[in-house]
Amino acid sequence: MNEGSKKTIKRLSLAVLGMFTFSFALVPLYDVFCEVTGLNGKIELKATSNNNLEVDDGREIALQFVSHNNEEMPWVFRPSERAIKVQTGKYHTATFYVKNTTKKTMVAQAIPSVAPSNAASHLKKLECFCFEQQELAPGEEALLPVRLIFDNELPTSIKSVVISYTLFDVTDYKDAELAKQGSEMDHHGDQHTDHEMESTL
Amino acid sequence: MSAVLESHDHDHHGPAKGLTRWLYTTNHKDIGTLYLWFSFSMFLIGGAMAMVIRAELFQPGMQIVQPEFYNQMLTLHGLIMIFGGVMPAFVGLANWLVPMMVGAPDMALPRMNNLSFWILPFAFLILLSSLFMEGGAPNFGWTFYAPLSTTYAPPSVTFFIFSVHIMGASSIMGAINVIVTIMNMRAPGMTLMKMPLFVWSWLITAYLLIAVMPVLAGAVTMMLMDIHFGTSFFNAAGGGDPVLFQHIFWFFGHPEVYIMILPAFGITSHIIETFSRKQLFGHTSMVWAMGSIAILSFVVWAHHMFTVGLPLAAELFFMWATMLIAVPTGVKVFNWVTTMFKGSITFETPMLFAIAFVVLFTIGGFSGLMLAITPADFQYHDTYFVVAHFHYVLVPGAIFSIMAAVYYWIPKWTGHMYDERLGKLHFWLSFIGVNVTFFPQHWIGLAGMPRRVPDYALQFADWNMVSSVGAFLFGASQILFLFIVIKTVLGGKKATPQVWEGARGLEWTLDSPPPYHTFATPPKIT
Repeated sequence: MNEGSKKTIKRLSLAVLGMFTFSFALVPLYDVFCEVTGLNGKIELKATSNNNLEVDDGREIALQFVSHNNEEMPWVFRPSERAIKVQTGKYHTATFYVKNTTKKTMVAQAIPSVAPSNAASHLKKLECFCFEQQELAPGEEALLPVRLIFDNELPTSIKSVVISYTLFDVTDYKDAELAKQGSEMDHHGDQHTDHEMESTL
Repeated sequence: MSAVLESHDHDHHGPAKGLTRWLYTTNHKDIGTLYLWFSFSMFLIGGAMAMVIRAELFQPGMQIVQPEFYNQMLTLHGLIMIFGGVMPAFVGLANWLVPMMVGAPDMALPRMNNLSFWILPFAFLILLSSLFMEGGAPNFGWTFYAPLSTTYAPPSVTFFIFSVHIMGASSIMGAINVIVTIMNMRAPGMTLMKMPLFVWSWLITAYLLIAVMPVLAGAVTMMLMDIHFGTSFFNAAGGGDPVLFQHIFWFFGHPEVYIMILPAFGITSHIIETFSRKQLFGHTSMVWAMGSIAILSFVVWAHHMFTVGLPLAAELFFMWATMLIAVPTGVKVFNWVTTMFKGSITFETPMLFAIAFVVLFTIGGFSGLMLAITPADFQYHDTYFVVAHFHYVLVPGAIFSIMAAVYYWIPKWTGHMYDERLGKLHFWLSFIGVNVTFFPQHWIGLAGMPRRVPDYALQFADWNMVSSVGAFLFGASQILFLFIVIKTVLGGKKATPQVWEGARGLEWTLDSPPPYHTFATPPKIT
């Protein structure tokens, strides 16, 4: 085989490896792309620190709430009101009703999504049940609050916004996390395990 | 490797005797034959599955199979036809023809060539064996969208993943072989722009394979990790995203579509110029058109997923990028039509298949344009209109071109002319069968019949019955094709070296059949 062929083979093999790596690189790239462009309606899972959003000359938009249960999640989960009118530049509080219908203690995490997606960056939350996990005892119910505001920069083409929450069963993940934490703490000989665990809930 | 090259110095050296000839062979002609027969057997198996599908859909209501089994047939039909039927057929044609067309003694990597073929039967044995496993074969469609193929998949999905890995490895090795051969082993004087179009089309196809088969391997590897190793690439509950699967899959999947059609463009160009007894209208523009189609194929993937909730900007971009593909495709069709214009055309079987290819592939292209219109696609998505579209580009597109190629080059391969009367009969049965099968599917699709269903509403009954009758006709006429091929291999009128009056190119300067080793000394290109 001549030198040229060897060179071509080497280059092509590198290209194959490169493309295989690229397929895995697509996973973070996909998230980065969505974050930079704000394309898929994801919102940050933490409270806004900006308090200067309130204005008096806001306009009215229709706000709808949608709730989903992921896969086999058995809880009852629904918004107290499906649709409300809100003003941009004004705080509003909405509530969601949850009930653990099972016979065991479960932990849940709600993940929000906003449509249209270009409204996502204008939606700020002072407080939201989606910022933390919810643990409910068997048969326990709760009213979960979300306090939100749309800043006044919300594009005027947007007349109505849908906020959707999907409720995930994270009991197993929670257990695994706790078990891991517990074993780490045993390792360090920490005596405050119980207290620490409680605080992470 | 040098030992292999040395053996070419002995012109009298023929094939080994017995079955081990096929097992150990490193000869490009032998391997080409193996690929073509393998592809034919997969075509018949995948075809039998299509017959099960059409038999079930013959009438509304559940007729002969259970919905679970129907889904398995649907999935395996797609996987087998794409990865077992069309792709190996083109690799087989490349093995036979590329070295003879560029004046090379063999493929650049003969032992890897042997390996890349012989792992294929095992890949499909694994895939087919999943039919007999607990929970049945893969049932999530050939596109294996997560979470259907992860959370809700039958246990056999792991075997499916392994077999896709093997198929991918085979395709990648085949592609490396083709590129190295073309780039380094052309006869002196054969510049890139003098290369025959089939060689050009395969060079571009091979680059596409190198670029996207590793991405497919990545996608199934992520599935494997989600299923067995607790990762959450595609599982929303763990922070992953099922839509990500669709992006990765179609980043592979759309170039894959062109992998299955580009070699067909090359084949058609050769056949049309031969039987029009004219030079192709525009060789250079054909090369550029194929190149630009290949490049565009990387920026249109999301048109398969308009309905997942893409932002407006993305829907507009992917719509326009997709429509842009109509331009190079138009250049090609224009080229073929103008080549035939004022040519002294004769209508031998390969030419009939090639002309049918041009007409019917164009119909498939038009329905593709309709699907590219985002707002319209929301209506057409996941209906039988899509099924009609991709079968029009794949059956009278890719598969007709393969049949055309077999009729065109089989006198060269075997030294015997095929039976022209039977060939024409096969063409007309296939042509009628394919149109009766797939044309009515446009209508039932537009009327709202969803794809991938074992049962349907009563108003779709008549056209489904027509479609099934067409499918049975098309299926049965392929038995005739098998008969014609075997008859030609066994005997027939002796073929001349040139075979066809208008045929040009290095392969026609060789005897029919060509000696076991050809172009040990490279030919001179003027």
